Amino acid sequence: MSIGFFNYWVFIILLMIGLYTVMSRSNLIKKMIGLSLFQISVFLFYISMGKVSGGTAPIVVENITDGVAPVYSNPLPHVLILTAIVVGIATTALGLSLVVRIRESFGTIDEDEILEMKDGA
Amino acid sequence: MLLLIAGTMAVLLVRNLFVATMLLGIVSFTMALIFISLDAVDVAFTEAAVGAGISTVLYIGTLALVGSQEKDQPKFAAGPMVICIAVGAVLYYATYEMPPFGHADNPVQTHVGPRYIQDSPTEIGVPNMVTSVLASYRGYDTFGEVTVIFAAGIGVLLILRQRRRRKNEDDETDVPLDKGKTGRSGSLSGLGSEHDLIPHVIAKLLIPFIFVFALYVQFHGDFGPGGGFQAGVIFAAGIILYALVFSLDLARSVINEKVILFLISAGVLLYGGVGVASMLLGGNFLDYNVLSSDPVAGQHLGILLVELGVGITVTAAMLAIFYAFVGRADLIAAKAEQEKN
Repeated sequence: MSIGFFNYWVFIILLMIGLYTVMSRSNLIKKMIGLSLFQISVFLFYISMGKVSGGTAPIVVENITDGVAPVYSNPLPHVLILTAIVVGIATTALGLSLVVRIRESFGTIDEDEILEMKDGA
Repeated sequence: MLLLIAGTMAVLLVRNLFVATMLLGIVSFTMALIFISLDAVDVAFTEAAVGAGISTVLYIGTLALVGSQEKDQPKFAAGPMVICIAVGAVLYYATYEMPPFGHADNPVQTHVGPRYIQDSPTEIGVPNMVTSVLASYRGYDTFGEVTVIFAAGIGVLLILRQRRRRKNEDDETDVPLDKGKTGRSGSLSGLGSEHDLIPHVIAKLLIPFIFVFALYVQFHGDFGPGGGFQAGVIFAAGIILYALVFSLDLARSVINEKVILFLISAGVLLYGGVGVASMLLGGNFLDYNVLSSDPVAGQHLGILLVELGVGITVTAAMLAIFYAFVGRADLIAAKAEQEKN
């Protein structure tokens, strides 16, 4: 897992898949899913940056047996992403509830069909 | 990692939104495992509870309302593909300028990170650095994030709860619930009725442990991975499980919507109240040192209260969102049924 930039490349691939899903799919739920993928990939990027090789989770170890002070990974990205995940689900819920309302008003959750309706009217 | 890429590709390509949601849950769970290997135990915890748990329930709740088949043939979209490849190529090129992975001298590690790692055990006295940074050093940020969750909960309620619910529609209430449960575990169909013994018994056995675990995560977050965000989500998951197995009405009789509304605001007020209390005692906003005669004890007390506020708000907001979705479902259950068949 720590081979050079492998994590960053995976991040880029996931990010692009998410972006492509958002842009190319006309189904609104699929767009929300794409947005979630996009979000997850950014989480991976942050956490990868905070990793220190040979480090451990940033929780203080009290009894060090082998006499070597432990190396901790950076706790700051963890904090940022932890809150971002929960805020992400809250905003996703908001988006999904809007999708539900759109479906009730227009009878479809397909963006193209909604636009056609608008043009026809 | 490669599993992750495969999972996301499948999410993109699969036509059935239901399957896509399940795959998204799997991707989230894989991501949680990767977070553990990257030392981010708190984040992994949150991702597993939120990404693989609650968000799947929410997507399925939505799908029960809007139908699960993607209508359009997924055509190959050239424009977006070109943009994506171009942006991806630029980013790929940029990775070669990135500092090497996992190196202790990277710019990320040399700013405030070492300060937190070295001083937080003595200043805050809490072993879990993530908790001390979250609740104390960056308490102001966290307050903002709790407010965002509060606002999102209120927003979902406003969007989905315009019409008044009719009474006496127990049968209809069960219809969308069945779907939600079916989706979560595949073979368990027809839940919410009184005849399904196995899920009832198992849920009865599990739910107390889920609540105890949530409380442990809440109050042990200072020492191990955990804290208000995770505990709130787990607690909400327990109640959601109860609602799915034993009908929503029973769950409503345990915690009804008025209580939830009260709790959403109570959590934020508790958080803000701790801040104001520390101001009244002569410190800065959210400066816990003044809460007790001993600064470290004050920090402990402050973090405990603030995390409690976070936990209450997150639980209540998640439940409010869930209730709003399911409550909406029985309004349009009949309509959704027709569309699906």
